[in-house]
Order: sequence, then C-alpha cells, then structure tokens
Amino acid sequence: MQNIPLTWWLSVATALFSLGLYGALSRKNAIAILMGLELMLNAVNINLVAFNRYITPQNVTGQVFAVFVIAIAAAEAAVALAIIIAAYRQRGTVNVDDLDSMKF
Amino acid sequence: MTEQIVFFIFTIMVLGGGLGVVSTKNLYYAALFLSLSFSGMAGYFIMLNAGFLAAVQIIVYVGAIAILILFAIMLSRKVMTTNEPQTNKQNWLALIVTPLLYLTLIFLVVKVNWPVSSAAPALDVLTQMGAQFLGGYLIPFEVMSVLLLVALVGAIILARDVEKGRE
Repeated sequence: MQNIPLTWWLSVATALFSLGLYGALSRKNAIAILMGLELMLNAVNINLVAFNRYITPQNVTGQVFAVFVIAIAAAEAAVALAIIIAAYRQRGTVNVDDLDSMKF
Repeated sequence: MTEQIVFFIFTIMVLGGGLGVVSTKNLYYAALFLSLSFSGMAGYFIMLNAGFLAAVQIIVYVGAIAILILFAIMLSRKVMTTNEPQTNKQNWLALIVTPLLYLTLIFLVVKVNWPVSSAAPALDVLTQMGAQFLGGYLIPFEVMSVLLLVALVGAIILARDVEKGRE
C-alpha cells in the first residue's frame, strides 16, 4: 500500500476537481454543469478517503464523511434535475444563458 | 509494482472519463464518460481499504445518478444538437483560471509535509462505520435522512406536470 505515496492520490483528486470546475464554468447546458459539479464532489471524496487511509488508518472518520458527501450529492442531483426538467417544460430550453429572468 | 499498475489503470479511467465529460459535444456521451469516471473511483476506494464505499459508489453514482442524468438528457433532447459549440462566453476565462487553480493546489500538495502514519489499516471498517453512524455522528445521520426525504418530496413536486393547475 505504501508503494503509492499520498501525493499521487491528492494529485489525481486535484486534477479531477479542476476538470469538474472547468466543466461547471464553461458549459452552456445546465445538465453538463451538473455533471461538472458531480466530478468536483467525487474529487473531494477521493481526498477524504485517501487522508483517512494514510493519516488516520485506525479509524474510519473520513469514510463516514464520504458517505455524507455521497448522500448530499444524491439529493442535490435529484432536486437539480427536477428543476431542469421543470425549466425545460416552461421555457423550452436548458441553456443557462437563456434562463436569466431572475438576473437584474 | 502491481499496485502502481492498477492505480494507473484506474487513473486513466477516472481522469479520461472526467476529460470526456467536459470536452465532448454530445451530452449523451458525456453522461457515459461520467459513469466510467465513477467506476474508476470505485476501484480507488477498494485500493484505499474502503470496500463499503466502493459498493455505495457503484450503487448510488453509477446506478442512480448517472442513469438519472441520462433520463434528464433524453427528456430535454430537442436542444441536444451536437454541431453547435457547447461552451459559453466565459470559456477562455475558465481555461485560464482552472489550470492556475490546479497548479496552485499541486504546489500545496507537494510542499506540505503530510503526517503519514504507517499503522495498519482498520480491519473492521464496516463495524466501525456503523458504530460511528449510530454513535458520534447520530444527529448528522438523522438530519441526512430528513434531507433525503425532503429532496425526494421536493423533486416530485418540482417535476410534477402543473399544466392543468395553471390559468
């Protein structure tokens, strides 16, 4: 297990977080933005579990936190997709540049 | 050595999937890349002594969230034309900012001297997690269940067809 240093896991998680942030910032489609958010949440999960395994391997607090993150992500995805479907039904688009009626 | 090869295979799955999600024009492919990325992460969790989380990852992410996203893409299909660009006006800014963030975080990751422990990993992961959920983290656990119920009801109310009720 110690063949793989902790920094490798953190580097992968960082790369995935950056990819997710890029997707969330640059995409036009609301569903694609949601996918970027899911990537970011998963990068955080990798970090939590890797820290748990390398720094405090005797207890499982990091994994408990990861379960909480997964539950939040599931609730968030369900509500966000419901909002997107409702917006599509009302406005006929899921392009976030067109869904700007709340913009001042 | 074997562990490193397995790590690289899962890394290709995770980062290749992530790259596919943010770069492909076809949203349907993006959702499939997303489930590839989630599967690679389940492999990571097995390597990190978190078998339960790997199972949860497969069931919740690959089995539920990716499928939910696929349904949403197909329900809003009319706008899914693949030849027009899928990026908005701030694409160039995002292309500058996110690599900068990445480099900053990598600098931090390499610089910090992490207090890595060499103790053996816990063997009774599931027992300990159950004890934590019904012990020290009881209140967050209960709040989480209420949150899931609220999200369930809220999603149904939001996605319900309100055509008949509207004047």
